Amino acid sequence: MNALPCTIYISFTGALLSLAVGRRSPGLARAVALASALTAWGIALFAAFKFVPDAAGPVSLVDYPWIPQMGIRYHLAADGISLTLVVLTGLAATAGVLFSWNVEQRTGEFFAFFLALIGGVYGVFLSADAFLFFVFYEIAIVPKYFLIAIWGSTNREYGAMKLVLYSFAGSALVLAGILWAYAAGGAHSFAVADMAQAAVGFSHGQQVWMFALVFLGFAVLAGMFPFHTWAPTGHVAAPTAASMLLAGVVMKLGAYGCLRVAMPLFPVGFLFWQPMIFWLAVIGIIYAGLIALVQEDFKFVIGYSSVSHMGFVLLGLAAANVRAVSGAVLQMFSHGVIAGLLFAVVGRMVYDRTHTRKLADLRAMSLYKRLPFAATVFVLAGLASMGMPGFSGFPAELTILIGTWQTAPWAAVLAAVGVLVAAAFTLRVIQVSFFGHADTAKAAVDVAPLPPITLAEKCGALLLLGATILIGLKPDLLLELIRPALQTPYFQAVLKGGAL
Amino acid sequence: MSLDYTLLFKALRPETALVVGALAVLGLDLTALRKLSNAKRLQVAAGLGALALFAAVWLACSGPHGPAFGGVLIFDRFAIATRVGVLSLTLLALGTASVNRSGRHPAEYVAVMLFAAAGFTLMAAAQQLLVGFLALELASLSLYILTGFDKARPESAEAGLKYFLFGGMAAAFLLFGFSLIYGLTGSIELPEIAGRLSTQPPGALLMVALVMVLVAFGFKAAAAPFHLWAPDVYEGAPTASASLIASASKLAGFTLFTRILWTGFYPVAGSVSAMPVSAGWIPAVAAIAGLSMLVGNFGALAQQNVRRLLAYSAIAHSGTLLLGVIATGDYGVGPLFYYAATYGIAAGGAFGVIAVVEATGTCQKITDLAGLHRRSPLLAGCLAIFILSLAGIPPLAGFFGKFSVFASALRLGGLAGPVGWLVVLAIALSALALYYYLIVLKQALVEAPAPAAGRIIVPPFAATTLAAAAVLIVLLGIRPSLILSLF
Repeated sequence: MNALPCTIYISFTGALLSLAVGRRSPGLARAVALASALTAWGIALFAAFKFVPDAAGPVSLVDYPWIPQMGIRYHLAADGISLTLVVLTGLAATAGVLFSWNVEQRTGEFFAFFLALIGGVYGVFLSADAFLFFVFYEIAIVPKYFLIAIWGSTNREYGAMKLVLYSFAGSALVLAGILWAYAAGGAHSFAVADMAQAAVGFSHGQQVWMFALVFLGFAVLAGMFPFHTWAPTGHVAAPTAASMLLAGVVMKLGAYGCLRVAMPLFPVGFLFWQPMIFWLAVIGIIYAGLIALVQEDFKFVIGYSSVSHMGFVLLGLAAANVRAVSGAVLQMFSHGVIAGLLFAVVGRMVYDRTHTRKLADLRAMSLYKRLPFAATVFVLAGLASMGMPGFSGFPAELTILIGTWQTAPWAAVLAAVGVLVAAAFTLRVIQVSFFGHADTAKAAVDVAPLPPITLAEKCGALLLLGATILIGLKPDLLLELIRPALQTPYFQAVLKGGAL
Repeated sequence: MSLDYTLLFKALRPETALVVGALAVLGLDLTALRKLSNAKRLQVAAGLGALALFAAVWLACSGPHGPAFGGVLIFDRFAIATRVGVLSLTLLALGTASVNRSGRHPAEYVAVMLFAAAGFTLMAAAQQLLVGFLALELASLSLYILTGFDKARPESAEAGLKYFLFGGMAAAFLLFGFSLIYGLTGSIELPEIAGRLSTQPPGALLMVALVMVLVAFGFKAAAAPFHLWAPDVYEGAPTASASLIASASKLAGFTLFTRILWTGFYPVAGSVSAMPVSAGWIPAVAAIAGLSMLVGNFGALAQQNVRRLLAYSAIAHSGTLLLGVIATGDYGVGPLFYYAATYGIAAGGAFGVIAVVEATGTCQKITDLAGLHRRSPLLAGCLAIFILSLAGIPPLAGFFGKFSVFASALRLGGLAGPVGWLVVLAIALSALALYYYLIVLKQALVEAPAPAAGRIIVPPFAATTLAAAAVLIVLLGIRPSLILSLF
């Protein structure tokens, strides 16, 4: 447990190391990156196995005064929710390194930005002080720009700038909300628990607008409709590993911020906005799904599907009962794994070999014959993404829908329509991309054999597939971590708000 | 009034060191070094100058505390911290100056820089209108010379003239304002002025005087609508001069005017914490702050020239600093000083990088920075740290500076009054600002270098100062208490 903060330090140290060695030897930089990602993941897994939930709230890991003049503490703590996401981060980081094994240009810098981003993400998931949370949150923003702008593909500079400005604008809203609450609460402390206590005394109007600022700021990063448009553009422009991280963990930062900061801090404000969040979540699920249905670019399909799946997370949060929220956290994990896998297949296995992502081109390539491993992985990942039993998406979305039914049956019904849409666009893209039939005329052009799938790619794919199947078969592994955390006093005020 | 000349001498030892250093630089250059090349003379002058600055830092730290010479000068923590700050920032500018090997009259340049530094340190400690004015003029005259120093380039002469005309006008306003205040209160000592003002009702004449003072403040801080000189001066001046204007001069100016306003004029401060606002100088400062943020940030969006971009960014930062000035009365100078000092390091550092790049060709357009990551990883890394700090990205110092200023400004009255709205405006504009800062970094870190651009060798003195500045930005960002605990 006490080694958990090391995940942060290892990632940042790894970033510096790989920057230092990258100029001389790209191979060494890769090795450093893999070693840091694996070590951090190992620590996370070990901590998750050994974890004993504390009924009082998150277990404190490090806590000492950082900027005493402003009541800011360097306070890291973990509960089942943060552990789930820390494990996800480790997994996504490891898989990301494996799928970036072929980065040849400025390798050291690539892994430096990659690991800096990861370090920030670990920090967010472990922070118990709102200021610290915010610092790590912003540390995770800037590396994304460079990852996309330097190593990206289609329209990369536009995509990178759009994504970073959206994230930063979101974080500006969060900053305004948190500072307002801090100042209004007497400016004593940034500890989330203390701030929540001070917020009890705020007027209804203050709670409503503070919640709106903080929640909206985080929800931008979670891809909430109508502030989701950065996500598909950014995902498409990003290099494979960055898309995997974006969809896999960065969008979770937003959802986690909503759950960890916005909702417990301002329960009254949350109640006011709850119907609105339901609507936006449901619209996001269906709207993004419908758009994914008509995309002609392979990566855009996955990009919009991410927005749609993140809609389920928001739906679970909006329902605000223990079942729905535990489903939402499970969905964060599940979507992180599945989206990572989908982006890995599209970006690394297919695009790096065929140099096209247009579904019309891919249709003519008969990829199921030429890249059978990729086809198999993609079909399995697609099934998982559709929410088939046996994969992690099924228990997650089911739990969310059951939980939502208890609070707002109408939203559950509408969201269930979204599941159908997801099945439709997933089946379509599987069929078109891998199982199209080669025209005889075009087939002659494309006879050149594609490079075989490398060992690193296979390892990465199997890791992610294994995770989604494991959780699909035994969701209690995570649910037993998550549920006790939601029953602590930390979440009591807001989760009582919805019908329990 | 008891005049203790021994104490005065002790207190002014840093200034003595600077002046002796400047004379030594000039004298040595005139006698022993006449036959040497400009590059050699520059090395000697920069070395001597650095020595004088180090001595001054040490003497400033070990000097007396409290008022000196009957309260004409005050050596409180704010003054001492500012003195050390401006001296360190001058050192950074000296490192920038040491790059320009082809410049003529290197010794004179360094000597004038040291005179300017003496002006800054006096500004930091002045507690009387006349001494404050003289210190300000010593610094300003030195800066006019430094701006127009590059006689070979018409841009430099233009910048010098422009700066001088605007500055002379601002000084005239200031002096007129001071004379009105003397007429109204019968004193030039700030504490006494405050005492008189608190007993007499504010009249129209006082408001005129305050406006005059604020005009000069706005000029010194490059705050809108008194900012028009800044882009041209930043663009045309020799890089080291621009660095000094952006960093040390700004810090000294904010210290001097914060002291004048809060020590001398707090009875007529007014308030913008809640609606309706009460009249005084704070509403005017708030208006200038808001305007500076808007003009600076939107102006920077349109720039193609990296120096002009930094100038508009300086205007925007002045707006935020003015918020810090407003909050100083209730919550102390800690956030303001932290912001001004770390902003100076980042801006001065950015000019340092530009100077090194310029030594190998030209560095005016943003695209001149293209491919810096390949031409010199050290410069690219330093530039990234400076620019991201200006943008306010944690864990760099610029982030915490903004954060603490916003927090203290919000504590004044939450969102109930204009000061809270200004904080919201500043936060919103900081998202906009990230755009133009990233445009600079895109050239430096993403793009490939121009075909003709070779590797850049960074001279050791400049490399040391730049690296030290970058380390300071990171260190102060991670441990803000190092500065905050001083106050």
